[in-house]
Amino acid sequence: MSPLTPSQSLSNGLNGRTNLLSASSIELARPVGRRGRIALRPPRDALLRVASPLALLLIWQLAGSTGVLPERLLAAPSTIAATAYDLFRDGVLTEALGVSLRRAAFGFTLGALVGIGFALVAGLSRLGEYAVDPPMQMLRALPLFGLIPLFILWFGIGETPKIALVAFGVAFPLYLNTYAGIRGVDAKLAELGQVLRLSRPALIRHIVLPGALPQTLVGLRQSLGVAWLALIVAEQINADAGLGFMINDAREFLRTDVVVVGLVTYALLGLLTDAIVRLLERRALAWRRNFLS
Amino acid sequence: MATQLPELTAAARVRGLVKRFGDRTVLDGLDLEIGAGEFVALLGRSGSGKSTLLRALAGLEPISGGELEVPGTVAVAFQEPRLVPWKRVGANVTLGLDVPDPEAAAAAALEEVGLLGHRDAWPLTLSGGEAQRVSLARALVRRPSLLLLDEPFSALDALTRINVHRLVLDLWERHRPGVLLVTHDVDEALLLADRVLVLESGRIAHQTAVELDRPRQRDHAELIRLRSVLLERLGVAP
Repeated sequence: MSPLTPSQSLSNGLNGRTNLLSASSIELARPVGRRGRIALRPPRDALLRVASPLALLLIWQLAGSTGVLPERLLAAPSTIAATAYDLFRDGVLTEALGVSLRRAAFGFTLGALVGIGFALVAGLSRLGEYAVDPPMQMLRALPLFGLIPLFILWFGIGETPKIALVAFGVAFPLYLNTYAGIRGVDAKLAELGQVLRLSRPALIRHIVLPGALPQTLVGLRQSLGVAWLALIVAEQINADAGLGFMINDAREFLRTDVVVVGLVTYALLGLLTDAIVRLLERRALAWRRNFLS
Repeated sequence: MATQLPELTAAARVRGLVKRFGDRTVLDGLDLEIGAGEFVALLGRSGSGKSTLLRALAGLEPISGGELEVPGTVAVAFQEPRLVPWKRVGANVTLGLDVPDPEAAAAAALEEVGLLGHRDAWPLTLSGGEAQRVSLARALVRRPSLLLLDEPFSALDALTRINVHRLVLDLWERHRPGVLLVTHDVDEALLLADRVLVLESGRIAHQTAVELDRPRQRDHAELIRLRSVLLERLGVAP
């Protein structure tokens, strides 16, 4: 009817947009200022963050369903989910998981005992340092996976070389970090121990070991990362059970769905152990956390 | 511990103490006696060897020559409180203490410094003044006959420092250890000590008895006079 209406609605629209913009910029600025950077993201932000993975999943599913992505290259998410359920129901996945977990647990325990044991010997005495540290520093230069041929020659193709590879990978991060942690304990606190007339065992128990703990936990996290990696590689060699075997077996039959289920299981295991270490850190380093928060 | 003499009335005796670092002689034939229950303050320019003397008395510094005799228990409060961060306040106080009931000992010592409520706190949550008070509680719970204070107030703000000064005097009057307070603060030395020493060229070059009742006023005429004497000895024009 008149040219007023569109221009009015346009200006309304503009105003509305300006208000929206200023309002949202305040909203965005506030949580950072008030609660610091660690503050939980507002729900809308969390939604935005899952949007792109969901979109990728959708594209993947569409490409699979329409045949653009052939199943021998990569199965569709729906197929993978169904396969995961089947493998779980038939006990195949749980059995493979059990075998792999046992290897990881044995290898990790062995490697941790050796790594931390040697770190104590090297960290707590000069003689121990001279005896243990140079060979450890030399050995750590060896590429872990380059040792596989030797391990096969030494230990055959059974469980032993797999456990040994995990143990070897675990031992070094724990050794290096624990040793550095022990040596890095504040000299002023050691002096305090002297003034308080602490015996050597008491000094080690109350000052040295707790002082080395934060660094040891860093080593623990690193070593768990290496442990899973070593396990995955070790399970590719001549395994007749375990997650690696399940994956390799599936490759023979072009079952990309099973391969992906195996990979996701490995990933979940990694996330799980990382969460356990975080929990451990929160409990063991409570004296630090209070300070930080 | 080794030389416990029955007739001994000194908290510490030092004769002809020499300490060298490489070819640099820091303490050069130093003589010093701290009486039982006597509060001695040690002044000196930075690098004069004040802290070295204290560390030698604490058994932290091997000596190059002379004699050092500390008959009873020694306790130290350092410039930084040096609380063990992974032990709660109560456990810090009794660390290395061999008594039947450490819990009760910690409670009593913390009560004395007014921090009983912080017994279960982590050291890193304390303020500087609180941490230093815990450090004093840790020193005194050992019932020392010689208390070594290595500039323990220098990192505190002015108001906190006044309070901790009062606390130290209070604790000293109650427990009567011999005290060696190393400080660079002339006023602090004059407010607290029975005797003020000046360390220079590796020896006690000057000493002044401060015969005034405590608590002392900073603007007392005698203190003002002693201050200018000491400042002059320290090479600062009054």
